[in-house]
Amino acid sequence: MGSSRSSLRRVPDGQQLLQETGFSAAVLLRLHQRFQFLDKDSRGHLRSEDLEAELSENPMGDRIVGAFFQPGQETVDFPSFVRVLAHFRPTEKNRTRGGEQPEPANSRNRKLKFAFQLYDRDRDGKISRTELLQVLREMLGLQVTEEQLQSIAERAIQEADLDRDHAICFDEFRKVGPVRLPEPQHVAVGLLLHQEGMARCSLNIQRKCDLCHFHLWN
Amino acid sequence: MELFFNPFDNLLCILLGISFTVWFTLLLVFIIVPAIFGVSFGIRRLYMKTLLKIFEWATLRIERGAKEKNHHLYKPYSNAIIAREPTSLEEEIKEIRRSGSNKDLDSVSEFEMSDIFYFARRGVESIMDDEVTKRFSAEELESWNLLTRSNNNFHYISLRLTVLWWLGLLIRYGILLPLRVTLAFTGVSLLVFLTSLIGLLQNGRMKNVLSEKVHLMCYRICVRALTAIITYHDSENKPKNGGICVANHTSPIDVIILASDGCYAMVGQIHGGLMGVIQRSMVKACPHIWFERSEVKDRHLVAKRLSNHVQDKSKLPILIFPEGTCINNTSVMMFKKGSFDIGATVYPVAIKYDPRFGDAFWNSSKFGMVSYLLRMMSSWAIVCSVWYLPPMSREEGEDAVQFANRVKSAIARKGGLVDLLWDGGLKREKVKDTFKEEQQKLYSKMLVGTQEDRSRS
Repeated sequence: MGSSRSSLRRVPDGQQLLQETGFSAAVLLRLHQRFQFLDKDSRGHLRSEDLEAELSENPMGDRIVGAFFQPGQETVDFPSFVRVLAHFRPTEKNRTRGGEQPEPANSRNRKLKFAFQLYDRDRDGKISRTELLQVLREMLGLQVTEEQLQSIAERAIQEADLDRDHAICFDEFRKVGPVRLPEPQHVAVGLLLHQEGMARCSLNIQRKCDLCHFHLWN
Repeated sequence: MELFFNPFDNLLCILLGISFTVWFTLLLVFIIVPAIFGVSFGIRRLYMKTLLKIFEWATLRIERGAKEKNHHLYKPYSNAIIAREPTSLEEEIKEIRRSGSNKDLDSVSEFEMSDIFYFARRGVESIMDDEVTKRFSAEELESWNLLTRSNNNFHYISLRLTVLWWLGLLIRYGILLPLRVTLAFTGVSLLVFLTSLIGLLQNGRMKNVLSEKVHLMCYRICVRALTAIITYHDSENKPKNGGICVANHTSPIDVIILASDGCYAMVGQIHGGLMGVIQRSMVKACPHIWFERSEVKDRHLVAKRLSNHVQDKSKLPILIFPEGTCINNTSVMMFKKGSFDIGATVYPVAIKYDPRFGDAFWNSSKFGMVSYLLRMMSSWAIVCSVWYLPPMSREEGEDAVQFANRVKSAIARKGGLVDLLWDGGLKREKVKDTFKEEQQKLYSKMLVGTQEDRSRS
């Protein structure tokens, strides 16, 4: 029992993060639990190794991990961790924005900026041909030849590069970026996990669950 | 004060005496005697039905109450910040592109800058919510089974619900818990006592028969001590002598559940204390395989002892849990290959607990053994199903790992559990490269087609 507000005290900068990121208290708590789980030695901050383990399945794992760390920093604490994740919250449609309010993390602009920085590793404000090639190589691995890679990169730059400087700056990136960005969805999940989908086991008193065929009794 | 108590003193004693007698007679008649003979009055099933009705009502009340007050119901599992919808890479990337520029999407075989969003989102999903580790934390329920330990929503919703909860608390801790503790105590002490007695007999048929009866009886009492309502399926496949029984592992109770329906030789490390006493007395009645702590590391020795036991057809089938650790009963982790290397027939068994009544998962990093047992005994009931699968043997050209995986899939399929490839003893080792390659293959297939397509064009 007890409201989640009281347990927010354990979360560093809890109240501030609530306002800044727009996460609900419940989600913030959950993220904190997750942070603590990832932080195996309970140091209070994460290193890149802690995150890399989760992303070993992702072809762009290292890159995504890098996005969490500020340039030159080797550790990320919980507030920074949450601020990065806030980029992935669903965009709110009708926000009344005063001029002085800082742009929320999940605005379209900020999301695009995040994605741009995934490409632009050296943070010079442009995606060069080399950087694009690197990303493509990561996404495609050894499945394509060097020539194919080059031609894909060439086409992409030609399409996007409007000022003909053989690099893609943020404004150009914004124009080719998607209008609606993919967001993690909230979905009600069921009682029993089943293969890859989530199945709901009904509470009706019957012999078998309709979906997972778990025998209730004979 | 003393004057006040004196006349009631005698009365009190008499009352206490009577109630104790009644209590123990009831206990004996309704629980211990059936346990000895292996029959059942069906009280537990009736109990289960009643409980389900009450849970349903309670859940509806909570949901209704939450809606009225516009509370956001913190459903822990569905507040899994993300839901993994099983869409394919291609679909998702199409979705991203579709929402983007005004180009027509008749062919997906062109790289778009926005494709990176797919990988970024997947990556962040993995960081936020790890599917594998969920296996290790208790399965979280959507309905409420009147145990606050499984509910984060319990704000004050309605008087009736609170009253019900208090009533439930009273019943569980005041009536059920003492009853169960008494039974457990009886069961364990009977086990120790009787097996030591049997140990005095000469080896022979009589001893085996008696030992079987005694083991079964004591385990049945323990089953009642936990109010475990077990349904056994396909009992014709029950493990026979000279075989190895393999099952998925959720909690130490698995042993009691299986052993109350058949006799097994247990395998394990010798502990000190009460466990040690139980182990030592059990081994007097029939041969179990207990290892000293130093021997456990020596795989060769372990394998040798196991195979010796298995070859002797007069000895009971061995019970092994190859996952090596307790998993939270939503999936089956990788089986360790040791027991599959011996060459005996394997009898797989799938155990699935119904989470609505009480969470049987033992999170050994969170709870010690005693607090775990107390939790078990103060839940409503433990309902589970046991499926005996047909025996399997290692085939020609199959190595131990493949055999283990085959058995694992069979168990997962039968029990409705997810078959995971990860190691149950999950240290954060680097997952093999093949997963990454899979993703890369899928994406490149989308962009440039497969080798065959390319050679055709």
